[in-house]
Amino acid sequence: MKEKEVKNLEEIFEARIARDEKIEPKDWMPEKYRQTHIRQISQHAHSEIVGMLPEGNWITRAPSLRRKAALLAKVQDEAGHGLYLYSACETLGISRDELYEQLHSGKAKYSSIFNYPTVTWADMGAIGWLVDGAAIINQVPLCNTSFGPYARAMVRVCKEESFHQRQGYEIMLTLCNGTEEQKEMAQDALNRWWWPSLMMLGPTDAESVHTEQSMKWKLKRKTNDELRQQFIDQTVPQADILGLSIPDPDLKWNEETGHYDFGEIDWDEFWQVVKGHGPCNKERLQARVDAWENGEWVRDAAVAYAEKQEKKTIKEAV
Amino acid sequence: MSKKNWPLWEVFVRSKNGLEHRHFGSLHAADAEMALENARDVYTRRNEGVSIWVVESKHITASNPSDNGELFEPAQDKVYRHPTFYELPNEVKHM
Amino acid sequence: MKNENLYRYILGIADSSLILGQRLGELCGHGPSLETDIALTNISLDLIGQTRSYYQYAAKLIGDGKSEDDIAFLRIEREYLNVLLVEQPNTHFGYVMARQFLFDVYHLMLLSELKNSSDETLAAIAAKGIKEVSYHKRFSGDWIKRLGDGTQESHDKMQDAINDLWRYTDELFTMTEADAEMSRNNSGVDVTRFKEAYYEEVSRLLREATLEVPERKYFQYGGKKGVHTEHMGYLLADLQYMQRAYPNMKW
Repeated sequence: MKEKEVKNLEEIFEARIARDEKIEPKDWMPEKYRQTHIRQISQHAHSEIVGMLPEGNWITRAPSLRRKAALLAKVQDEAGHGLYLYSACETLGISRDELYEQLHSGKAKYSSIFNYPTVTWADMGAIGWLVDGAAIINQVPLCNTSFGPYARAMVRVCKEESFHQRQGYEIMLTLCNGTEEQKEMAQDALNRWWWPSLMMLGPTDAESVHTEQSMKWKLKRKTNDELRQQFIDQTVPQADILGLSIPDPDLKWNEETGHYDFGEIDWDEFWQVVKGHGPCNKERLQARVDAWENGEWVRDAAVAYAEKQEKKTIKEAV
Repeated sequence: MSKKNWPLWEVFVRSKNGLEHRHFGSLHAADAEMALENARDVYTRRNEGVSIWVVESKHITASNPSDNGELFEPAQDKVYRHPTFYELPNEVKHM
Repeated sequence: MKNENLYRYILGIADSSLILGQRLGELCGHGPSLETDIALTNISLDLIGQTRSYYQYAAKLIGDGKSEDDIAFLRIEREYLNVLLVEQPNTHFGYVMARQFLFDVYHLMLLSELKNSSDETLAAIAAKGIKEVSYHKRFSGDWIKRLGDGTQESHDKMQDAINDLWRYTDELFTMTEADAEMSRNNSGVDVTRFKEAYYEEVSRLLREATLEVPERKYFQYGGKKGVHTEHMGYLLADLQYMQRAYPNMKW
């Protein structure tokens, strides 16, 4: 295709998105659009399945049968969400196995929050409340994103996810209404998960490389800093209801702006974890690689069996 | 790495009797039976369905968007296919 | 307790569901594919759901404000009455499927009888469980065939798993005192009656999966009397951790 023709196609393409038309997999799209979407959707999918691990830790140790069932269902949903997202990504011409390969080799990223350890039961509460809370803020706008399969996957994800945050908050609430020991456990979890949750919404706008392009393609409707502010504004009153204090001495309501002011985020920690040096990066990746490698003989056997059955059917027909 | 990967399947679910099967999404499975079971486990966990179809994705033939002009635009000006094309006196109320 | 036999009978059934559900819960996030992860979690959730119904019933019998969680978490190892089969570890996926299938065939036969129990609560729990367990059996049975008749490697692994787990099958058909008493008054099931049907059905599927049916010669017993394999203590250490470390709290 001539350069001029491509330019023309690109203009038509951008105009379609500006008109809020959806892009479907077989439509022409700029290569950059395809690559950006593969990167973002797969990163999202990887986050779901790596995100199963820190909570999966506590399935066997959940303190009641009701909590055990809820946690199981939640972690299972995360597997489902990973599956929907990988499927959406596959419509762009890349296989799930290739995407796994990128994850396992360390080439692809996933949300750095899952590189923190879950050390007490209260972490199940904090993750549901804070991490899922931050995730929802990120995800709801994506239900309207320009790429059809991604938007449809997100509609399903958001619908299913609505119980996750409530599940987490209820755990926190029970702890805060419990014994002194339980309340301490809840406060300790908030102390450890608060800052990583703020970081989860991404680097500051000044440092974020993808924001402008992503806004145009509706991969983003608000900037990282706007999302972070929204998260803080909605979470602080929830902490008040629990009777817990946010571990930030600079946090205070600003009457003028109508928002909370908050302290400096430790971005060095953020980049260290993103670059693979968080507390659990190695363990998380190893768990995924192990699951995949230990499952190889199972997947191969299923294919071999399917081929045998097919041959049998053909023979019977002849 | 596995020599052969599980193929991709498309999943169609009937939410309740009386409605058509609707495309719900896709998944991987080694054979049709597994695809059906996986579809049940993945796409009907919240009571979403009463019937499932699965079809291996490679068996679907899709039209090409670049043919949309010749395929779909010719239907746009055939207004006589729609009831509003025909003018009737107001006294004929329901037709 | 005036319904001691009924209580012990419920535990005999419920504990097996709890322990198997717990074992499957360990796997979440570590299976050979996302799809199998989701499927195994569904089975685990079914089993835990059944467990809760049984324990809620048992808790009512004890009275005294006891809850399902007291029964699930606060007994010592010798008081758990599950069969040895279900506490065996998740050695590999084939092992997990073999354990599941050997249990599912029995479980479905048990519930199909229990739904006729003169005890209305047990009958109702069983009737609901039958649908769930029918699916479990279909799922595990399909996997036995795929792995048995898949590659040489999967065939060997599957055969090893069946050979290993076979020794725990005969225990399924032993009758405790509570079983016998409950069966006499038509509220429990005489499991010995479907023992031959069980071995017939299991053998048929194993042959279809090109696997050899092991000899019925040496068996292990004990779970139903609370004497478990060494795996059980570690499983309970996980299961009970919170309730033991933080006694008398609400979660």
